[in-house]
Amino acid sequence: MKRLLRFTVNGHSHALDTSADRPLLAVLRTDLGMTGTKYGCGQGLCGSCTVLVDGKARRSCSLTLATVEGKDVTTIEGLAAGGVLHPLQRAFAQEGGLQCGFCTPGMIMNAAALLLDKPSPSHDEIIQRMEGNLCRCGTHVRIVRAIEKAATAVEGTR
Amino acid sequence: MSHEPDYLALTFSDIEVLPMLDRREFLKKVGSGIFVFVALGDLVLAQDPDGRRQQFRPQAPDDFNAFLRIAEDGGVTCFLGKTEMGQGVYTSMAQLLAEELDVQLDAIEMVMSDTGRCPWDLGTFGSMSIRYVGPTLRKAGAEARAVLLELGAKELGADASKLETVDGEVRVRDQPSRKVSYGALAKGEQIQRVVAGEVTLKEARDHKVIGRSEIARDAVAKVTGQAIYAGDIRRPGMLYARILRPPAHGARRTSLDTRAAAEMDGVRVIEDGDLVAVLHATPDGAAAALGRVRADFEVPESDLDDQNIFEALLADNARGRGLAKAGDLKVGEEAAAHFFDSTFLDGYVAHAPMETHTAVAEVGAESATIWASTQTPFMVRDAVARVLKMEAPKVRIIAPFVGGGFGGKGRSPQADEAARLAQLAGVPVHVEWTREEEFFYDTFRPAAVVKLRSGVDARGRMTAWEFDVYHAGTRGAGQFYDVPHHATTSYGSGWRGGGGPHPFGVGAWRAPANNTNTFARESQIEMMAAAVKTDPLEFRLRNLKDKRMIAVLTAAAERYGWTAQSPAGSRGRGIACGIDAGTYVAMIAEVDVDKNSGQVQVRRVVCAQDMGLVVNPRGARMQAEGCITMGLGYALSEDVRFNGGRIHERNFDTYILPRFSSVPEIEIDLVDTGVPEANGGGEPAIVTVGGAIGNAIYDAVGARLMQMPMTPARVLDALA
Ligand code: FES
Ligand code: FES
Repeated sequence: MKRLLRFTVNGHSHALDTSADRPLLAVLRTDLGMTGTKYGCGQGLCGSCTVLVDGKARRSCSLTLATVEGKDVTTIEGLAAGGVLHPLQRAFAQEGGLQCGFCTPGMIMNAAALLLDKPSPSHDEIIQRMEGNLCRCGTHVRIVRAIEKAATAVEGTR
Repeated sequence: MSHEPDYLALTFSDIEVLPMLDRREFLKKVGSGIFVFVALGDLVLAQDPDGRRQQFRPQAPDDFNAFLRIAEDGGVTCFLGKTEMGQGVYTSMAQLLAEELDVQLDAIEMVMSDTGRCPWDLGTFGSMSIRYVGPTLRKAGAEARAVLLELGAKELGADASKLETVDGEVRVRDQPSRKVSYGALAKGEQIQRVVAGEVTLKEARDHKVIGRSEIARDAVAKVTGQAIYAGDIRRPGMLYARILRPPAHGARRTSLDTRAAAEMDGVRVIEDGDLVAVLHATPDGAAAALGRVRADFEVPESDLDDQNIFEALLADNARGRGLAKAGDLKVGEEAAAHFFDSTFLDGYVAHAPMETHTAVAEVGAESATIWASTQTPFMVRDAVARVLKMEAPKVRIIAPFVGGGFGGKGRSPQADEAARLAQLAGVPVHVEWTREEEFFYDTFRPAAVVKLRSGVDARGRMTAWEFDVYHAGTRGAGQFYDVPHHATTSYGSGWRGGGGPHPFGVGAWRAPANNTNTFARESQIEMMAAAVKTDPLEFRLRNLKDKRMIAVLTAAAERYGWTAQSPAGSRGRGIACGIDAGTYVAMIAEVDVDKNSGQVQVRRVVCAQDMGLVVNPRGARMQAEGCITMGLGYALSEDVRFNGGRIHERNFDTYILPRFSSVPEIEIDLVDTGVPEANGGGEPAIVTVGGAIGNAIYDAVGARLMQMPMTPARVLDALA
């Protein structure tokens, strides 16, 4: 059943006439043409599709539109503010926290939620919070390093 | 505010020329510039020197394609059929060119993996890009530089011997004001050269860009979500497809009812022989429609499963192929004080790239374009052309960024599917395999058996070595220890072309066969070392003559801080060494084993690798780290379970990839023994992971694991 659904993506409000049980991932990638968020498993098992919903990391493949109604969604495309890379984006690039890059948007969004929550997480906290995000290229050690570096950068600007 | 990405953002040159043009026509179409062409025959020879891959060779090997252009603005465009799938060739290949041409890395634009614009390429696998195509690319750069020097000599009125090239300019040496830019020299001209046999490349001591660590040039696109993968392509009128799949390999469809799906809003049903698909303007719409398709299948009965597959492999009576032989095994066996007769087993593993097989096809009456996640765009082009009944040059395959391949994205049948559906439906079609389809249609690394008989004398010298590998393949089976009496035989076709009793497709998996072979060899080595109560490092050095292997072993031991004393408690360390793609690797793993649960935690991995010439040390380290991390999976947790043609693994809940908490501290040493050419970098460091961990487990708790993955249950079994 279609109805008008309102929500915000990267600061832009959207009103879509569609059915409320559609997965957010498909709507982002198809209806809104924002392809930065990736499909990896469709079952909430890999984290490739991670976005922020009101500042919390959520897996958009397993989230219906109804659950984001009236909420703020942030995707990888919305993370860089005014053309300036987010500290996480810069740190991932500098530290080499990516190879094929397919898991990268989900990794960065998941880390962004972590830093919102805990601006200076410990090494163990990083591992624990990133545990559910998979990377087949094996960039883990560098992702951890990048998050540590970004955390310092975020901390420094406070 | 739907944003419109530029789909050629990776390959965005003004040269939009299609491949059916010959050299003369090509030059008519493009503007001025200096062009270096390559004879396809040379590319074939470079990539398939022994002619093993005849069937994939280009149809017109006497043709020429543009390899690089220097335009009037001084920009350099390089056309290269390789795919960037995370291994970093987008960066390292540009480094090779920047070195020979004396331009900034930023001045080089890479147009890659587009059969419409790049010269023929065999595909991106086997760690061959830098090794086999790199030298040709460097020659093209050197050729272009020679042209520039000639033109510069004319322009500056100076003898070419007095000139130098710096940063995109030709200059008179010691007279900095007398100079001319490459762009100015290319202006209004159309100069063509062919990469010839004899071109002088720069000497290693003069390298400025080769050997310099560079950040991946695609990093910013990838951290901002702008990097385009096949599934991100959107075409006008495009529909998303979901395809009806059988529940098991070998299943036959006995009934089909698509009426309920066809009645749904906006759904189109396509039925063409074996291919049944539903199309919709959204992927979730297509998924819902597929849910309404009713079909019955007849699944053939089979007792074959992941437990008894090894007997089936041995019972297969596959033909053996001798790989190496010397001395007399009987004599070697008699000289042995200790003799070992072992059987090592290795299960099926999945490629599981984070990006599933994906393609978007746009098919017209005369020509077709398919964006596909593939490692082998030219092979896929030929396959799609057959499906569409078009001539190969009319089919253009573009592999944008690929989200991981590891050997699993060679054949790429999703491109055929998308092309067929697009042709039947008359609109562009998007096919993205679900994770479940990915696990089902993956060409797994084949299960394999290694039978190894070897002997050692009382002084710890190896006397005999008989290595028989079944169905893994030959890579890494080679013998580099110094044994007087040895024989190595490979049974079955391995992963090449499948065959054997596998109930589903098998194929190349990062360093094919070598993970299996190295696990067996290096486990056996430490079993022998233990029998003669000799330190495993010492034992290897005693039985080695190969200087490169000695160098990497010594380097790894030093970096690790190896002593005769093994760690206390249930902590252990193990060594493995091996050769892959010309590169020598020695690895030391340190593990903790929980004797109650059988759980193995790898704490630290030290890897020393001699890969010859290193183009981008940072990239090389990243590849080695990736290899080690990925290797944890085949060593400890990844196992495809099945029954007949039914695959039990469907998603990441049961198929366990390495995660953040499983990753050890990793240290990489790049060892330089003065080898002038580049060896492979994308695969070698994975081959030693299983062996090093297996040996470390033995060192920790005395349990010898004869089968991978070394799951907690198998560790407990070995302890019992
Ligand atoms: S695609 Fe959503 S968690 Fe994997
Ligand atoms: S960078 Fe390839 S999956 Fe993570």
